[in-house]
Amino acid sequence: MEDTLLIDAAERFARGEMTAEEKLFFEELRKKNPELDQLVVEQIFFLNELEKYASTKNIKHLLHETEGKLISEGMITKAPLKGKAKLVYLWKRSKRTIAVAASIAGIVSISVAGLVLAFDKEKSQNIKPLVEKLNQQDRKIRQIENKTNKLEAATGVDIPVVISPRLDAKFRATGFLIDVNNNFIVTNAHVVKEARNHLIIENNKGDQFTAEAIYVNTTTDLAILKVKDNSFKKLPPLPYTIRRSNAELGEQVFMLGYPKQEIVYNEGYISAKNGYQMDTIYCQLSTAANEGNSGSPIINKNGELLGIITSMETNAEGVVFAIKSANIYNAVEEVKKMKGYDDIKITSQTSIRNSDRISQIKKVQDYVFMIKGN
Amino acid sequence: MNSISPKEKTLLEGLAKEDKNSIEQIYRDNYSMVQSLILNNNGSTDDAADIFQEAMIVLFEKSRTVGFELNCQLKTFIYSVCRRLWLKRLQQLQRFGRKADEMEEIVPVEDDLEMHEKRQHDFNLMETVMGKVGEPCKSLLEAYYIQKKQMHQIAKDFGYTNADNAKTQKYKCLVRLKKLFFAQYKTEQ
Repeated sequence: MEDTLLIDAAERFARGEMTAEEKLFFEELRKKNPELDQLVVEQIFFLNELEKYASTKNIKHLLHETEGKLISEGMITKAPLKGKAKLVYLWKRSKRTIAVAASIAGIVSISVAGLVLAFDKEKSQNIKPLVEKLNQQDRKIRQIENKTNKLEAATGVDIPVVISPRLDAKFRATGFLIDVNNNFIVTNAHVVKEARNHLIIENNKGDQFTAEAIYVNTTTDLAILKVKDNSFKKLPPLPYTIRRSNAELGEQVFMLGYPKQEIVYNEGYISAKNGYQMDTIYCQLSTAANEGNSGSPIINKNGELLGIITSMETNAEGVVFAIKSANIYNAVEEVKKMKGYDDIKITSQTSIRNSDRISQIKKVQDYVFMIKGN
Repeated sequence: MNSISPKEKTLLEGLAKEDKNSIEQIYRDNYSMVQSLILNNNGSTDDAADIFQEAMIVLFEKSRTVGFELNCQLKTFIYSVCRRLWLKRLQQLQRFGRKADEMEEIVPVEDDLEMHEKRQHDFNLMETVMGKVGEPCKSLLEAYYIQKKQMHQIAKDFGYTNADNAKTQKYKCLVRLKKLFFAQYKTEQ
């Protein structure tokens, strides 16, 4: 008996779909042929397993649906999944606070000045030393204020006056330089889209600079930022090149990113040429990535940048997706057409090709930034 | 100990038949109880949702067994299962400092959970081999065995010229899946 016929017979037998005659014949056949009997037993066992799997799968699906409905009603609180996609973006949504020096100085100085005024009116002798002290404080604060104002003037950026003295950073992700002459940084579009007010980049020494998103493409999930602060020091030429061709299967890669407050190194390999559901913009990596890794560069041993980490699959461990590096070139071409940014140029010159990993990291880490904002 | 009410019996029968409304009703009747249990014992709202879902699967499996009967209130059963599952999770996470309230009425659920674990293991095994069987086999098998679609519908969806061709392909896929399954099954034994 052919295998397919056997499956058919066993399936119908297990479901009780056979006619009495057929059943009798089939059972007779099993009795005579122990090998066949074994196969049927195996087949029925397997079909049973498959059936159990199906029912669990179906109930899980139903439970998810019910849960989703109750979440939308507000009965259950849980971070809702977006649509049916089982992808999560790898950036950290947090409520960490970044102090904005200028506005703090402004508010403090206003309140102290008011206080002094009030005390002055009383003209009390006892308070005089205190008033003196407060005035000194006031002067100091004014100095700070002046300094910040100068800084503002120098950068040519109007730091908006915020009512609240603190900036709540809503997210944290990673980005990297592609043009050292004009300070263009690449990161994910989904990161930048969240920044409504401020966008700040921070290097591995903790220095912060304001930046502006000049290009956001949600289809490729790429964004290009320009560093706005003049205090940002020009770096030597890029240590990595950006690859135009696709990454090869099995290529060993490393990545640097900011899943936490300091830069973190990680390794992996290219495990598939396409991304989630065969998306050709992406390639697939086998590595562990964490929130905050969105925008991390993926670099091979020759110092070629192959992609940008974006997201990972939630129901499979170690499956991470990255935008193919060739998309960066397309983005740069787009930016070139924009007024005022036509000077963008990928200034690559690999200088880490033959170095060992530790010196490669030492060089590359200066070009990788934490991106945060609100 | 109160036994199960007729209303709850209907709900369980609904659950066994994968009826949406019954599932929703069980959620509505019991979720807040489970959430406060988890929240009061070092858990988050996400944990509560996970634990409740797992308890629902346990209940579903139980409701499907032959000769199934529940000798306590539905609430008590769900509470007991969730409590047990959560204690286990806490132990795994080594998040101590718990003080699970011993006051609540609970029923022994060890056997149910043991069965659940076995089924969970089987489920994972099948999930693994399903992942290995490759496309279009995976989709084809899922369409037939999980979504229980008719063969002619599957033929249409997948672009086969007729149901017989789709059937042949399905057989080939099933043979492949079976091989993978038993290979995995035997290495685990």
